Amino acid sequence: MSNILAFAESRGGELRRAGLEAVAAARVIADAKGGEVHAMIFGASGMAAHAASLGAHGADVVFVVEHAAFTHNNPEAVSATLAEKIKSGYTGFVCTASASGKDIAPRVAAKLGVPLASDVTTLSVSGNGITATHPGYTGKVIQTVTLTASPAVVSVRPGAFLPKENAKAGSVQPLAPSGDPSASRVKVTETAVGNTAKLDLGEAPVIISGGRGLKEAANFKLVEDLAAAFGNAAVGATRAVTDDGWRPHSDQIGQTGRLVSPDLYVACGISGAIQHLAGMRTSKTIVAINKDKDAPIFKLADYGIVGDVLTILPVLTEAVKKAKA
Amino acid sequence: MNIAVCLKRVPDMDVRFKIAPSGKAVDETGLKFDMSDFDGYAVEAAIQITEKAGAGEVTVISLGGDAVQETLRKAMSMGAHKAVQLKHDGASVDSHAVATALAAELKTGNYDIIMFGRMSIDTAHGAVGTMVAEQLGLPVVTAISKLEFDGRTAKMRRELEGAYELLECALPAVVTIDEGIARPRYPSLKGIMAAKKKPLESKPAQVPAERLTLDAMALPPERAAGKIIGEGPDAVPELVRLLKEEAKVL
Repeated sequence: MSNILAFAESRGGELRRAGLEAVAAARVIADAKGGEVHAMIFGASGMAAHAASLGAHGADVVFVVEHAAFTHNNPEAVSATLAEKIKSGYTGFVCTASASGKDIAPRVAAKLGVPLASDVTTLSVSGNGITATHPGYTGKVIQTVTLTASPAVVSVRPGAFLPKENAKAGSVQPLAPSGDPSASRVKVTETAVGNTAKLDLGEAPVIISGGRGLKEAANFKLVEDLAAAFGNAAVGATRAVTDDGWRPHSDQIGQTGRLVSPDLYVACGISGAIQHLAGMRTSKTIVAINKDKDAPIFKLADYGIVGDVLTILPVLTEAVKKAKA
Repeated sequence: MNIAVCLKRVPDMDVRFKIAPSGKAVDETGLKFDMSDFDGYAVEAAIQITEKAGAGEVTVISLGGDAVQETLRKAMSMGAHKAVQLKHDGASVDSHAVATALAAELKTGNYDIIMFGRMSIDTAHGAVGTMVAEQLGLPVVTAISKLEFDGRTAKMRRELEGAYELLECALPAVVTIDEGIARPRYPSLKGIMAAKKKPLESKPAQVPAERLTLDAMALPPERAAGKIIGEGPDAVPELVRLLKEEAKVL
């Protein structure tokens, strides 16, 4: 058997898009090897309700692990349960390199005694293992790596493997957690919402991002208005802005923040420091609005407008509303 | 508190890289090297803990060739107390192999807390710290942006997408450090002089056979040159047309 296990990430009882992306990536390996994709979802209760969605996106079997101690993230118990299942005869494990997946993947790999290929953007099955490409050096160098260890443990970059409708009427199997999930040594005492953005930066097809050119924190309202006009947009920020406390650190896009690649990235009052470009250069279409025509962001932008972001944004917001109407 | 911080020496990222003739490495000609960004935050956080307590010791550890001694000296010039080089020539991309070599050293140190940057900025797999914790049987909390202590309990904050978690864990423990925790200081002249006299031990690393191989390195495809479509609010209708008809994102 060449079956692949995928981590169906959830938070607060909801299946996350990252979970469907992990299934899509696992499908790539399983289809090349002629195996099945099995997904595993964790939560307090009622998680079986998400099995249909996982099945509709390509999972042949969905394991549902319910326990009160999965109300918050519980990576010790999650990784122990995943690793025990993988040891029962899987050839690979896939999760998405989200905040949670980045935490889970190395735990699982270590429990299996194998290395990890992280944050990969392509996957293929080669003669001696799984070959993957992985952006490193802040996105400036693409590394091609081959995992010769078995099982192969991989995390995939958010947005790199899109969920595909692939009806498989996945069967649902309840599964008991390995060990006692209440006994994890690390306790989450609180999970709090950090900002009001409806969509997450890793999941939004459109990102509207603001920098120092907005002049003050209150002007981020203009960025939020444009995001609202698109309807499918999240709001990001530069490091200068998060360092100044205009936006939370979790909104920072760049070398030391989030790495994103949305369909559309709109840079508002952002000059394009190398540190910022490292986080968004793989966006499919880039728009830049900046008053300095020599700003480095214009070298990268597909479409640039030179001018004052504070006067241009309200006009653009109205135009987008009209186009969407 | 007895603290270990594991460091990696990496090139400065603010350059345009070239690929070496081997096709499996970057051309190091003319590159400057320093500790990886997140490792710098970890060193600073560790030093602040010992300064605040007025007690304790920070040991910095790096796996690599003799060039890592310079990086270890820098950490000691910031205020770390001693250093260990796990001597290993050649690049390693297999996180499990590197973690095994580091864990063998760390288990002898009786550390209360072992710190790593949340990932190295070059190979960027973000796995070694967690794998060391698993190998040592210690709890681990990854990518933390705050760290405080209440007796022998570490209290931490960790950023998620659009949310954050507050966590607690008894020591000893492993943590990996995100930015936001403490901005690394610049070494003072006094610190640089003092670092020269601090102990730096070099010993061979025991790195097992690697099962993640680096086949190739390449530069990403260049984006087509950018295009400025106009100035001021008057350019908005043309932008909207292009987003609709050319980019098809609206």
